[in-house]
Amino acid sequence: MAYSDKVVDHYNNPRNVGTLDKSSEEVGTGLVGAPECGDVMRLQIRVNPETQVIEEAKFKTFGCGSAIASSSLATEWVKGKTVAEALEIRNTDIVKELALPPVKIHCSVLAEDAIRAAIGDWKKKNGVAETEAVAAH
Amino acid sequence: MSNVTMNPEVPAGVTLPIYMDNHATSPMDPRVLEAMLPYFSGKFGNAASRNHSFGWEAEQAVEQAREQIARLIGATAKEIIFTSGATESNNLAIKGIAEMYRERGNHIITQVTEHKAVLDTCKRLEKYGYRVTYLPVKADGLIDLDDLRRAIDDKTILVTIMSANNEIGVLQPVAEIGKICHEKGVIFHTDAVQAVGKVPVDVQAMNIDVLSLTAHKIYGPKGVGALYVRRRNPRVQIAAQIDGGGHERGMRSGTLNVAGIVGLGKACAIAQEEMATEAEHLRAMRDHLRARMEAELDYVEVNGSWEHRLPGNLNMSFIYVEGESLLMGINDVAVSSGSACTSATLEPSYVLKALGLGDDVAHSSIRFGLGRFNTMAECDYVADKVIGIVKKLRELSPLYEMVKEGIDLSKIEWAAH
Repeated sequence: MAYSDKVVDHYNNPRNVGTLDKSSEEVGTGLVGAPECGDVMRLQIRVNPETQVIEEAKFKTFGCGSAIASSSLATEWVKGKTVAEALEIRNTDIVKELALPPVKIHCSVLAEDAIRAAIGDWKKKNGVAETEAVAAH
Repeated sequence: MSNVTMNPEVPAGVTLPIYMDNHATSPMDPRVLEAMLPYFSGKFGNAASRNHSFGWEAEQAVEQAREQIARLIGATAKEIIFTSGATESNNLAIKGIAEMYRERGNHIITQVTEHKAVLDTCKRLEKYGYRVTYLPVKADGLIDLDDLRRAIDDKTILVTIMSANNEIGVLQPVAEIGKICHEKGVIFHTDAVQAVGKVPVDVQAMNIDVLSLTAHKIYGPKGVGALYVRRRNPRVQIAAQIDGGGHERGMRSGTLNVAGIVGLGKACAIAQEEMATEAEHLRAMRDHLRARMEAELDYVEVNGSWEHRLPGNLNMSFIYVEGESLLMGINDVAVSSGSACTSATLEPSYVLKALGLGDDVAHSSIRFGLGRFNTMAECDYVADKVIGIVKKLRELSPLYEMVKEGIDLSKIEWAAH
């Protein structure tokens, strides 16, 4: 399979690889996928409690090049956005940006799921209801 | 990122890309090409033309090839039927025997890690009323001979078990299988595509009745193969699957691919001459590759029996690293993976799953297929490259991090998708 230049770039130079302290109140962790399926993504965000801006994002991914690129891109995109803004990222945006072929669309879906899971975890920790986060936008 | 060697220096004498996928196909040996060339132009005759020198010349070349092939597997020239390759040989053998012996019975025995050319042929026969037993394999990839003995009943007409597996390179106990089949009066066919020319194969000593082989796995051309069909003790009959001019003793009609056949013959002759020394060379390279990976990486596993294995095969799982991403990082080395992402079906290798390995281990597997033209210097380059990429990808792998922290991955409730 031929990969797009952007996928190759993210694969060769993945952005924001790493781990945040998952016990921190400010950190939300999303772990999605399954080893049997061949891809697992962990996306973490550190949210400023005052502004609800995602100030830091980190990821680690077990998966193909497209899965690595999708999650790497997701960390780039959520950084600097508010939680509400980050929730507006759609997998189709990732597909477009990385020029993913049809067989790799599930990688982008997983990245969107990872963003939602990380935000969901942060909200749960901070007792933020869905509506409140939207209101803050 | 730590300081891992992402792009090791290319050693002297190594040209990129490196081909290390010799189970898929092998490069033509220049000696084979040389032998074939005259038969594309000057010596273009039809081997079936009985009344002029062009035909005689072609026929003579074909008969020489038949001898060369027969000699390599301990057969006689008359027992060799030419085909378009191993897929056709397997189809012809299984369907042809099933049809010919239908009166005697309708039961066929095979095993789960066969090539699709055998499995799908058997599946088709099931639609036509044949009964097929798919023997399981043990964790080492080999069948249990007691399972085979138990599976044979009075309706069994054929046992078809491969000699060497194309993914994990394990060698089935062919001689023992042949002995059991002959005791029970059941025909034994073996898909020996990966074994012929790599390890000794003797149809007499191993009681093989029908055997499939192909040229392109032994440094010959694509599009030509052969089927050995035993003529004595017992005489095996096969119903033709392609009708026409009655070539190949009526078993396979169609004008012979003379140039290809000459190439197959030459490839067999070279293999016969060089197999012993070549096997030593392959084994040394394979053992070196394995030793390097095991010395520098943790969580690596060899898939399939090490003892009963082709000298040129190394199938390893680099746990917690997904196979396709690994291949992407070694894109100047041609190998293949059992990962779902590299297959057309998006399913991980059914061969590795048959060994009882989890899908996650299958996703992490790489097959190194060493061949005649690989060198030790190439192996070192490949080892450097793989080790570097595996280390990098493990820094990216949440699974590796979790395992290092002592988390049991099997205890996690994964959201399968």
